[in-house]
Amino acid sequence: MADSNILPSGHTRIDDLEMREITKIFPGVLANESVDFSVHAGEVHALLGENGAGKTTLMKILYGLYHADEGQILLNDKPVEILSPTDAISQGIGMIHQHFMLVESLTVAENVALGLRSSREPLTDLDKVSERILELAKIYGLIIDPSAYIWQLSVGQQQRVEIIKALYRGAALLILDEPTAVLTPLEVDEFFSIIRDMAKDGHGLIFISHKLHEVIDISDKVSVLRDGRKVGTYQTKDATKADLARWMVGRDVDFRPEIEKVELGEVRLEVIDASCRSNRGTPGLENVNLEVHSGEILGIAGVSGNGQRELAEVITGLRDITGGRIELDGADITKLPPIDRTDRALSYIPEERMKDGMIKNFTVAENLILREHHKKPFSNGGILNLKAIASHSADLITNFQIKTPSQETPAKSLSGGNIQKVVVARELSREPRVIIAAQPTRGLDVGAMEYVRERLLEERKSGTAILLISEDLDEIFALADRIAVIFEGQIMGIVGREEATPEKLGLLMAGVKEGV
Amino acid sequence: MISDLLSMTVLVGILASGIRLATPYLYAAIGETFGQRSGVLNLGVDGQMLMGAFTAFYVAIKTGNLWLGILSAMVAGALMGLAMAFVTVNLHAEQGISGIGFYLFGLGLSDLLFQKLLGTVETVKGFPKIQIPFLSDIPVVGEIFFRQNVLVYIAFALVPVAWFILNKTTLGLKIRAVGENPEAADSLGVSVARIRYFTIILGGTLSGVAGASMSIALVNVFQQNMTSGLGFIAVALVYFGAWRPWGVLAGALLFSLVNSLQLWIQVLGIPIPSDIAVMMPYILTILVLVATVSRVRAPSALTKPFERGD
Repeated sequence: MADSNILPSGHTRIDDLEMREITKIFPGVLANESVDFSVHAGEVHALLGENGAGKTTLMKILYGLYHADEGQILLNDKPVEILSPTDAISQGIGMIHQHFMLVESLTVAENVALGLRSSREPLTDLDKVSERILELAKIYGLIIDPSAYIWQLSVGQQQRVEIIKALYRGAALLILDEPTAVLTPLEVDEFFSIIRDMAKDGHGLIFISHKLHEVIDISDKVSVLRDGRKVGTYQTKDATKADLARWMVGRDVDFRPEIEKVELGEVRLEVIDASCRSNRGTPGLENVNLEVHSGEILGIAGVSGNGQRELAEVITGLRDITGGRIELDGADITKLPPIDRTDRALSYIPEERMKDGMIKNFTVAENLILREHHKKPFSNGGILNLKAIASHSADLITNFQIKTPSQETPAKSLSGGNIQKVVVARELSREPRVIIAAQPTRGLDVGAMEYVRERLLEERKSGTAILLISEDLDEIFALADRIAVIFEGQIMGIVGREEATPEKLGLLMAGVKEGV
Repeated sequence: MISDLLSMTVLVGILASGIRLATPYLYAAIGETFGQRSGVLNLGVDGQMLMGAFTAFYVAIKTGNLWLGILSAMVAGALMGLAMAFVTVNLHAEQGISGIGFYLFGLGLSDLLFQKLLGTVETVKGFPKIQIPFLSDIPVVGEIFFRQNVLVYIAFALVPVAWFILNKTTLGLKIRAVGENPEAADSLGVSVARIRYFTIILGGTLSGVAGASMSIALVNVFQQNMTSGLGFIAVALVYFGAWRPWGVLAGALLFSLVNSLQLWIQVLGIPIPSDIAVMMPYILTILVLVATVSRVRAPSALTKPFERGD
């Protein structure tokens, strides 16, 4: 296969693609500054950078969604103009977006056929399309049913549809924008083996990511972007995780912060025999028992959707409890509405920060007082004290290093990391006694992740009880004193930090109790 | 008196005029279906209909050519659609509000033109009934279905045509994709703007015909606000029909039959206050919408302007 320049899909290989001195300016932001980037047939080239470093912008230029202000693109050493996705597709470039570009109410075949000339215009030729899909699926080992509706498919399957869509259009080069963000660990493994096979067959692949271990796992070469500029291009095998992090963030990064010994205090939060229902009406939690002490981080590990959300919501009062009790500082709060729990210094960093953690159209300042807005000094007799709010938010913006143009900026226009900093600042600045932190660093870049973890450890040191719900085992190992594993709404076991190994937790997460 | 309603002649009459009265609903609602499937809610249907009604009437009176009347109504509706498309697609205007704006515009302009150009209420000799050979001779059925004017036949033929376009052609695939996920369609090189321009203008054109079907086929006069909100019911019918042409047909028939029934109730002098009778179709609109809206899912991008991400 190496000597032929035809890919298994029947399309022509792209031996070299080069982007030269690409500059892109958005109003007020220099998104890409004179960036060089190239990719060759048969290689996986990772594009690494923090959120906002300009990775996606660069690739959207390559795919014709944006136009570069300066620079040029060369395909097999010939300059090409790519003014629209259609141009990119016709040159053999395909892109798989972070948020899938699929129409949920249409079938796989319809999604693939969309926008293409049919062989029997003006009628669709879905039978023919389906045949070709099955053909491609066979060649590339992507199992898919062309007549299935997208909404019926799992996220991993939807991603396969995206790959097939690109291959169907003759993609020789594939841009993968943070393709693993939505996948489960098992799906990531499958996905990586597909990627490797495609590279072996002569495709060029660009892998956009900010996850260091994935970049090390999958790529042959890595280019690091920071603040719109390229730091450099390296052979992945010569780079370590620490190198990559340093290039990406611009300084050394501490992945496993030292955890100081903290004297365990009294029990602050106690969950006793708690049960509740899930959104679908099925059992969400079943007789869960937990206690979190002052100065302790109790980690809740588990595969997504095993009751983590229900647990957080039962404690914070956002979900009705069907049995059992919740105690805060020894007082029964089971029947209290959320606001009364808040007023007893219970803080909550919700999993879906944009949806549950803030009001996106409110300003940063307003979001920072959401939990305390009904109290002095922020309001008096129902009248907001704007001065107090402004000075409070100015303090928090400084103390928590929130990068925002002003405190009047709508929260939604901040970057993901800064949005989370707003939530964390609000929840930690009120001297909480107990914190429920659900997926506090999910989707954050390295810098913001490190920051949030440090703040949680500081809270622990000052005696706060923290319940850390995370699907990221690395995070649990980095922070938790004890680890409880949740499976199908039940606690499978609680292990101390010292005895916990990934294998042990993995078994519990899969629902296998010890000794079986 | 109620028993009068049950006589064969009256029942046939109710059904026949029900079929006839479905005509404007069908044109307008099928046109609106295309718009909504592509993600555009056009609340200006009634205004487009009034413009179509006036233009067709005026041209028919001045030229004596009914088909020229239809053609000019299509142009008038299409122009209204073009303006709506520009405002919603290019300027990203809020669709509900701009639609109401276009409704009021059509309402006012059609009346103004009527006052300036005609001034007095006249009648026109509208499209005659066409008796379809053989079929119209079938007892009852023939009288109900096959002794109608040409616009009625075209309106009913439009339903399978619309279904076919939406479900069996590449154009229909693009329309559905643009209404559900314009970003995805855009990423595959489908021009969201072009598709929406097409559906909005098509909707306007058909609304124009809907208006014309009233002024030169059903009632054969033009008067101020002669649609009296029929265009809004057409919009509701699209919801009722779950954005599907056959569903829209069912809705249109339901409403026109109720309408026909209330007309016959008045004609026969059945002692139900006429205000109540006239209200029936509207009350039915509300009831049916309440009952159906939660059952079906609208196109995901309905009412959402599309702009390439930044």
